[in-house]
Amino acid sequence: MPFNLLVLACVSYVILLFSVAFLVERRARRGRLGWLRSPLVYTLSLSIYCTAWTFYGAVGYAARSGLEFLTIYFGPTLVFVGWWWVLRKLVRIGRQHRVTSIADLISARFGKSNLLGVIVTVMAVITTTPYIALQLQSVVLSFGVFAAHAPDGSAPLGPGATAIWVAAGLALFTILFGTRNLDAKEQHHGIVTAIAVEAVVKLFALLAVGAFVVWGLAGGVTGVMERIDASALSSWEMRPGRWTGLLLLAAVAVICLPRMFHVLVVENYDEGHLARASWAFPAYLMLMSLFIVPIAVIGLERLPAGSNPDMFVLTLPLTEGQGGLAMLAFLGGFSSATSMVIVEAIALATMMSNHIVMPLWLRLWPTGAMSEDVRAVVLNARRVSIAIVLAMGYGYYHVSGGSGALAAIGLIAFAGVAQFLPAMIGGIFWRGATRVGAVAGLLTGFAVWAYALFLPSFGPDAVLSAALLSDGPWGLSWLRPQALFGAQAMDPLIHALFWSLFLNATAFFLGSVLTFPGPVERLQGAAFVNVFEGAVGPGGWGSGHVEPEALLGMAQNILGEEAAQTLFEEAARAQGKRQSILPDPTPAFLSDLEQRLSGSVGAATAHAMISNLAGRGTVTVEDLMTVARESAQLMEYSAQLETQREELARTATALREANDKLTQLSVQKDAFLSQISHELRTPMTSIRAFSEILAEGDLPPALVARNGRIIQDEARRLTRLLDDLLDLSVLESGKVQLSLGMANLREMIDRAIQASEQVKPEMRVSIQRDLAAETLFLRTDADRLTQVFINLISNARKYCDAVQPEIRIAVKTKAGRVRIDIVDNGSGIPKDAQALIFEKFARLPGEMRAKGAGLGLAICREIVANLGGTIDYLPGQGGAAFRVFIPLRLEVQAA
Amino acid sequence: MRIPRRPVFLGRIPYRRRRLRDAARLLPLFGLFLLVLPLLWSPPGSALRLLSGDLVYLFAVWLGLIGVAAGFAPGLSRHADDGDDSVDGDED
Repeated sequence: MPFNLLVLACVSYVILLFSVAFLVERRARRGRLGWLRSPLVYTLSLSIYCTAWTFYGAVGYAARSGLEFLTIYFGPTLVFVGWWWVLRKLVRIGRQHRVTSIADLISARFGKSNLLGVIVTVMAVITTTPYIALQLQSVVLSFGVFAAHAPDGSAPLGPGATAIWVAAGLALFTILFGTRNLDAKEQHHGIVTAIAVEAVVKLFALLAVGAFVVWGLAGGVTGVMERIDASALSSWEMRPGRWTGLLLLAAVAVICLPRMFHVLVVENYDEGHLARASWAFPAYLMLMSLFIVPIAVIGLERLPAGSNPDMFVLTLPLTEGQGGLAMLAFLGGFSSATSMVIVEAIALATMMSNHIVMPLWLRLWPTGAMSEDVRAVVLNARRVSIAIVLAMGYGYYHVSGGSGALAAIGLIAFAGVAQFLPAMIGGIFWRGATRVGAVAGLLTGFAVWAYALFLPSFGPDAVLSAALLSDGPWGLSWLRPQALFGAQAMDPLIHALFWSLFLNATAFFLGSVLTFPGPVERLQGAAFVNVFEGAVGPGGWGSGHVEPEALLGMAQNILGEEAAQTLFEEAARAQGKRQSILPDPTPAFLSDLEQRLSGSVGAATAHAMISNLAGRGTVTVEDLMTVARESAQLMEYSAQLETQREELARTATALREANDKLTQLSVQKDAFLSQISHELRTPMTSIRAFSEILAEGDLPPALVARNGRIIQDEARRLTRLLDDLLDLSVLESGKVQLSLGMANLREMIDRAIQASEQVKPEMRVSIQRDLAAETLFLRTDADRLTQVFINLISNARKYCDAVQPEIRIAVKTKAGRVRIDIVDNGSGIPKDAQALIFEKFARLPGEMRAKGAGLGLAICREIVANLGGTIDYLPGQGGAAFRVFIPLRLEVQAA
Repeated sequence: MRIPRRPVFLGRIPYRRRRLRDAARLLPLFGLFLLVLPLLWSPPGSALRLLSGDLVYLFAVWLGLIGVAAGFAPGLSRHADDGDDSVDGDED
């Protein structure tokens, strides 16, 4: 195949990418994104995980180390399948805090620390430079393959020239589409779509080569399986250390690689896309690796010994005379390399401009945020950074001379970025993580990685001397780079990964536990860790004095005039301002503005810029405490309300009960009034009638005597009723005169029993008494107490309806009080009447018209109360039962 | 002081959703177990263990994980917004 045709294909492919990116950018500017922002494009853009290392290197990896290459895909598969653990939180934090890169995430989490931003940026640049060199190398190698197969042997460009052309072309493309505008959300629609196209191209190319190998060369699936078992690969042994270590490494890398973080978090348009990608991305990876083993096996079988297994994807079709297929494969490899370099360059350039250039610039010209067009500064910084990143990649390629297997360089880079893991995961899951801990962890991990893996990878005597590698520094053998602390039996990569991550995490933990975080750090920590529980307080800005005009001026410089004015106008409307477009600089507005700005220049820079104007760079502990106090006060207030509410409910219940009772009493009173009138009228009527008869004269003396007696009886009954009423009112008013003295309880009860025998004298009632217990002396008003007993015993005689009536009197002394129970064996008092029997004029329904007007128990209650005791109805005793408590010694009241 | 509490018991549909999340959390651990399982098999080269067998097994596990994740995804994303139920704060 003529070399020129290859170059032509390359150039037309690049032109295709340019036009895709250009058209999409134009659509995006018109706001018509539509399917361009679908889960499919998101998933395909994630495929930059598969670089040229995957495309070419996986086959070489398989040819050298069997199935081990699969771990590089299993790790990401596990992370994506388990997206509910980490990815969901990362994406939510990224969107909520407008994170622009992994350096921005870590710096923002630990109090918007610029130091951390710089550390992460430098580490990312150092670890990924070899990786970019690797991509250039793969393109150069693939060109070389075609040159070697060219019939005329013409290769107009040497390897170095090819690398330069590719690097320059990529830089141009990235600068054109990666730095067109300073988006508030740092999203690049054109580039993402171009990368999605590249993802399709490389998948299609690899599947085409695979299908050709399986069905064109190996004779179908069964043929391939036989050849696999027969090949040299079959003796490959699965080594537990490397297998699990590489699984872990790949799982970590997929979230820590700057370019993966960029497409995964920064370019995420909709959180819902992540759910789709959770299975679609692993599916893409599976398809990419489906034919790797067959290609490796057939390549080893068919190609001459000593040919580079990294290039089997190209050399197999070429030697089989499939020029078109080889061309497709070449384009696939080319797109893998270019898409990776483009996104990596953007991610690194964003970090460099936001964390190194802008802070420096702000420090040198503190007023610059106001006076100049910051946008231009940021964009130019990015352009220069992109050029620097690619130049460094080329430089590394040039210096290293394009040596080393592709896979080895890729894994070293993976182990380097894995050092971000403790700070990142600790930062989003552990509120106790502090800035000092993060710095300590990152520096420790990075140092160990460089010492144990990166520097030795250049070979003995390149950076580290051979003596140091074999004997350790100053002859300290336990510090040998590849056998730290005597761990000699480990594979060098796993050894470095183990020690770097272990020491990194230890330093991170110790640093965090031993230090105290600053206020901003604590606010940010809470906001990151509790990202699913809504906002945490205001963003930390006090309501200082800042001119809204100055803020608007700065925002215009960064966001662009129209976007900034819209933002301010919306905020002013939200504050209820109708006249002016300038909102009040409230803390809420300031933190919102800061977030918008951080989407363009990173959290640390945005924070610094606003502090320049607002005059106060940091929140104080007092501010934090105010926030905490306010919320505590709110909670206390609501707790008070709750208590009041309960109290009100209780009062309402009590009132309702009282009302019920009052209503009942009112009914009773009405009933009594009619009753008392009746009671008074009956004797009055008979008195009048009989006195009229007497007044007529000439009656037999016997009749006169009888009538006189009737009149006397009725008058007595009337008097008794009035006496009772009078007695009760005296008792109730508390003006009763008690004649206190020592009295024997037994005598009182004896008297009461005798007196009550007047009631139904014909009735035989057996009375059970406990004479021994009754024999005790009380200091009380004996007459009054006897009156109570008479009343109770008479009641029992009156109302007991048993065939053989029986009254039990039980006495017990307890704690200075005497308890007297008077119980009969009748049917008792119905439950609904029990509450009312002590009320005045209460009478049981159907009660026989006995003497008295229902005042007896009311009088009893008043007497007992005056004697300092209580009287209650005792339910559940088989009959009517009353319990009287009386103090043994009633003290004379002061009154 | 009274701190407002979340409900202790949930309706049928939220309950199912919670269990789906539990399953989604467990899936990668289960996958990891299946992927390291071949380490326990008989050493390579013997008649019991063929490279093609390993290959088929690993791809089958892979496909299974993808299929289960695809089954979980719609149910998980539909209610991804209604707050977090971090592992310890789970209520049933």
